[in-house]
Amino acid sequence: MNWKQYFSTSIGKKLQMSLTGLFLILFLLVHCYINAQIFYMDGGKRFDEAAHFMGTNFVIRTVELGLFAFLFIHIIQGLLLWSKNRSRRSVGYQVSAGNKTSAWYSRSMALLGTLILMFLVLHLFKFWGPNRFSQLTGGGELKLYDLMREEFQLTWVVVVYVLGCISLGWHLIHGFYSAFQTLGLNTFKYKGIIRTIGIGFSIIVPLIFALMPIAFYMHWVI
Amino acid sequence: MALNSKIPAGSIETKWEKYKSTCKLVNPANKRQLEIIVVGTGLAGASAAASLGEMGYKVKAFCFQDSPRRAHSIAAQGGINAAKNYQNDGDSTYRLFYDTIKGGDYRAREGNVHRLAEVSANIIDQCVAQGVPFAREYGGLLSNRSFGGTQVQRTFYAAGQTGQQLLIGAYQGLERQISLGNVEMHSRHEMLEVVKIDGKARGIIARDLVTGELERHFGHAVLLCTGGYGNVFYLSTNAMGSNVTAAWKAHKQGAFFGNPCFTQIHPTCIPVSGDHQSKLTLMSESLRNDGRIWVPKAKGDSRKPTDIPEEERDYYLERRYPAFGNLVPRDVASRAAKERCDAGFGVGSSKMAVYLDFASAIERYGKVEAHKQGKGGADKATIIALGRDVVKEKYGNLFDMYAKITGEDPYEVPMRIYPAVHYTMGGLWVDYELMTTVPNLYALGEANFSDHGANRLGASALMQGLADGYFVIPYTMGNNLADDIRTKAIPTDHPAFVAAEKEVNDRINRLMNIKGKESVESFHKRLGKIMWDKCGMGRNAKGLTEAIEEIRALRKEFWSNVRIPGDIKEYNPELDKAGRVADFIELGELMCIDALNRNESCGGHFREESQTEDGEALRDDEKYMYVAAWEYKGESNFEMHKEDLIYDVVHPSARSYK
Amino acid sequence: MQHYNMNLTLKVWKQKNNKAKGSFESYQVKNVSSEMSFLEMFDVLNEQLVAEGKEPIAFDHDCREGICGMCSMYINGRAHGPWHETTTCQLHMREYKDGDTIVVEPWRANAFPVIKDLVVDRTAFDRIIGAGGYISVNTGNAVDANSLPIDKQKADEAFAAATCIGCGACVAACPNASAMLFVSAKVSHLALLPQGDPERKIRAVNMVQQMDTEGFGSCTNIGACEAECPKGISLENIARLNREYLGSMLSGSKQG
Repeated sequence: MNWKQYFSTSIGKKLQMSLTGLFLILFLLVHCYINAQIFYMDGGKRFDEAAHFMGTNFVIRTVELGLFAFLFIHIIQGLLLWSKNRSRRSVGYQVSAGNKTSAWYSRSMALLGTLILMFLVLHLFKFWGPNRFSQLTGGGELKLYDLMREEFQLTWVVVVYVLGCISLGWHLIHGFYSAFQTLGLNTFKYKGIIRTIGIGFSIIVPLIFALMPIAFYMHWVI
Repeated sequence: MALNSKIPAGSIETKWEKYKSTCKLVNPANKRQLEIIVVGTGLAGASAAASLGEMGYKVKAFCFQDSPRRAHSIAAQGGINAAKNYQNDGDSTYRLFYDTIKGGDYRAREGNVHRLAEVSANIIDQCVAQGVPFAREYGGLLSNRSFGGTQVQRTFYAAGQTGQQLLIGAYQGLERQISLGNVEMHSRHEMLEVVKIDGKARGIIARDLVTGELERHFGHAVLLCTGGYGNVFYLSTNAMGSNVTAAWKAHKQGAFFGNPCFTQIHPTCIPVSGDHQSKLTLMSESLRNDGRIWVPKAKGDSRKPTDIPEEERDYYLERRYPAFGNLVPRDVASRAAKERCDAGFGVGSSKMAVYLDFASAIERYGKVEAHKQGKGGADKATIIALGRDVVKEKYGNLFDMYAKITGEDPYEVPMRIYPAVHYTMGGLWVDYELMTTVPNLYALGEANFSDHGANRLGASALMQGLADGYFVIPYTMGNNLADDIRTKAIPTDHPAFVAAEKEVNDRINRLMNIKGKESVESFHKRLGKIMWDKCGMGRNAKGLTEAIEEIRALRKEFWSNVRIPGDIKEYNPELDKAGRVADFIELGELMCIDALNRNESCGGHFREESQTEDGEALRDDEKYMYVAAWEYKGESNFEMHKEDLIYDVVHPSARSYK
Repeated sequence: MQHYNMNLTLKVWKQKNNKAKGSFESYQVKNVSSEMSFLEMFDVLNEQLVAEGKEPIAFDHDCREGICGMCSMYINGRAHGPWHETTTCQLHMREYKDGDTIVVEPWRANAFPVIKDLVVDRTAFDRIIGAGGYISVNTGNAVDANSLPIDKQKADEAFAAATCIGCGACVAACPNASAMLFVSAKVSHLALLPQGDPERKIRAVNMVQQMDTEGFGSCTNIGACEAECPKGISLENIARLNREYLGSMLSGSKQG
């Protein structure tokens, strides 16, 4: 089989999800690290420096293109898999097993992903979009820290962000473990470690993200 | 018609070798022209179909289940014997041969049994090569256990699921041949007639159980690998679908039925719990390695087993058979249990059960384990906890199964067990080449009257099924088909096919048109009761004579009062079952006739007229050292042909386990 | 254990044949003993239906000791009912009490079309095995069984995977109707043994392709299959299948 065929079987498609998912997990880590600079309580000095680096460095900007490509694959492939898998049982059950045999979030990856996607659109619209637009139209980089402080005074924005982070957390609890399972790494020895790290990651990273709008809103950082 | 068993001349060790080296062969180009029908896909059928497919024959395989993997060979728990002598305990081909002949109470053919012992080693090699995950030792080599009263460890096993693993191995080989196009698989099909042309079997009529349509299939040869007929007793350890139909149709077409009354009663089954009971579940014989069998010394003692003190228990096997104790062969253990229960010492709500107690094994293992762990002075509770872990490791899956079925915890209270019909040594009479008295019609595995005489030893049914399928039929069938290479495939519009199909069709219509009042199931239960009461473990002339009359009456009633719902041209399990029960009724009559004729106690069959002074079974070699092969001569009319059994090597003696 | 009798209401899927439209039908079953198995309860109901001149309910069953893999009911939302690692035939009525309502459905998956009532066609599994679930060794080719020592732990793991009975509960329980647990059990069984090594790369790929062709969904690691498997086949087998697939993908050889 050639590469294309390898990637187009059911396992191949899952590999696409797994690999792009792992890349997105890495991205989350970097993104989280940069954003957490706001907690230095230095009026956004370090944050803006980091944001400046991320927004102007050639390598990072190139990787950003990859990020969007991967994100795109992850979303499209995920939705295709979801709709295809749903079509595999045309007549459903009268009584469902519910949570007795599996976790709700494992069954709801497409829903959680869609919620995250909706949040993402808002997020890009609020920050990334205006910033890149300004850069491209010669206005230079925006002061993202100020922008955050401003946006996160709006209650509905904060609520949407917190909900987005909660969705992300549940999505990750399944996704993290699942990515390793698809790569075949959940062996007897490793599966416990992977599960633990996965749960830790899925709680801590979204929590840090969620703390940002909350912190601005509550004026913990100014 | 004189029966010719076609045992090759020469000394016992050279018969099969010589046969293999001198039998006729079919060249590869001709094999492609030869079509073979295999009915049944258990160990014998799947291994035969796969092997013949590999050799290049055009094979069509049939099974009534939804997949060939479901055949009842899958339920065998204990293991498979082979004369490998891996344990260096003195095993050899001869010893396996001897044990099997003796275990069969000197009612099996020497030539066949020796061949079985010879190929037993090849079977293990073949299965391991296929990836059958047999139990292994830490050094990576195969593990063996002793089984069923043998003095050597020659049983290979895969936990309590040996049959499953062996069948899956054969099934995978079969599926490989199916995907290569060498075998055409017809699942959910039932064979309902053998088609004979010019005296030879040339095809079958099969019914597609999903659509109800009848189909004609041509074959240069037809192999019946359709298992045993234990379900004639209604309650048995057989699967619900196991039936005699294919073999019975063959019998009616001229294939003799050998020793129909030889059935094996397995001593350790979970007892019947009520009228609703649909089948009986076996608890592996291996349990007798550690369990002690007992009943209370007092009649009708209804105390809880744990409340009955040691001195008020009767370990009757240890008492009667001190040399073998709880490990006596199946027939002896079964009879002894029945004797105790009939005498009023049975336990449980039905009083038709005995205890199989692991308490002393648990304590013994617990002490060993405590010693190992350096807890020499451990208290009783610790010892029992440790012992339980050991027993769990060995028999956990069986204990779980027992607990699920009975709702009792066998670690706490002794298991209740009772003998149940398990296997049928009788079956279609075959010669050394496994051919029935109908040319080109073969019978393999449990379906033939086989190599087990009057009693089968543990772990030898799997051996026989695979021996027949993998290593015997490829040679013996070729030897005969070599003369058939000029026979072109016969079109299925041949008058013989048309007539056979009409016959089947008429019979189905007749069944459906009875439109009586009583269900098929009810008739089956009634037949089973007659058979178990009068043709089961204990038999006498009076009972058998009555049984024959009762069965004849039952048949009349069946054909005038059975109710089959649904239609013919649809999936209709009630109709399928009706056909099978109708055949069981006819077979039941023949079994009783055969049992009546055999006025001796042999194997598991206790003929009350033939016993020693102390009530042990008494064989009569003078009068009954023969195979009774019955020819069908019309309704209720069977003619017996004798095949005398000649023992050149082993000298029959009374079996003593005292 | 105290035995008792109960009356039950059963809601069972009835469907004349593959083409017909099915629906649920209600039945009252009286005097069911707590000692019966679930299928014996169905026997009683069917006898009752035959006596009333009605058509009995078709269901698959054979060995009734939990090993043949033929029984296949989806009981109150659970494949093989509520007992852990238990097939329908081994489920016993002491699980239920007087007055209970039990909904019984066939396995639902497009790859398992309904034949009648609760009977489904699982031949897709056979074709998947035919695509590579074997070791290509013709009868008579084998060397001595002990010429190839196998690490006991691996042999035990292979056995654990090989205990799959092919019942299809994994497919029935999976929200995606995926057959990955079934396929992975066979791939694992053979990949863990040295005998299976020569074909391991091509085996995983061929079996996965056949699984896709049959119309099963893909695995999203939900884990309902493992929870419902009557033989306790572990998800680790799916990880191993994925690993086998990746191994085939990343190997430099042309074939797989």
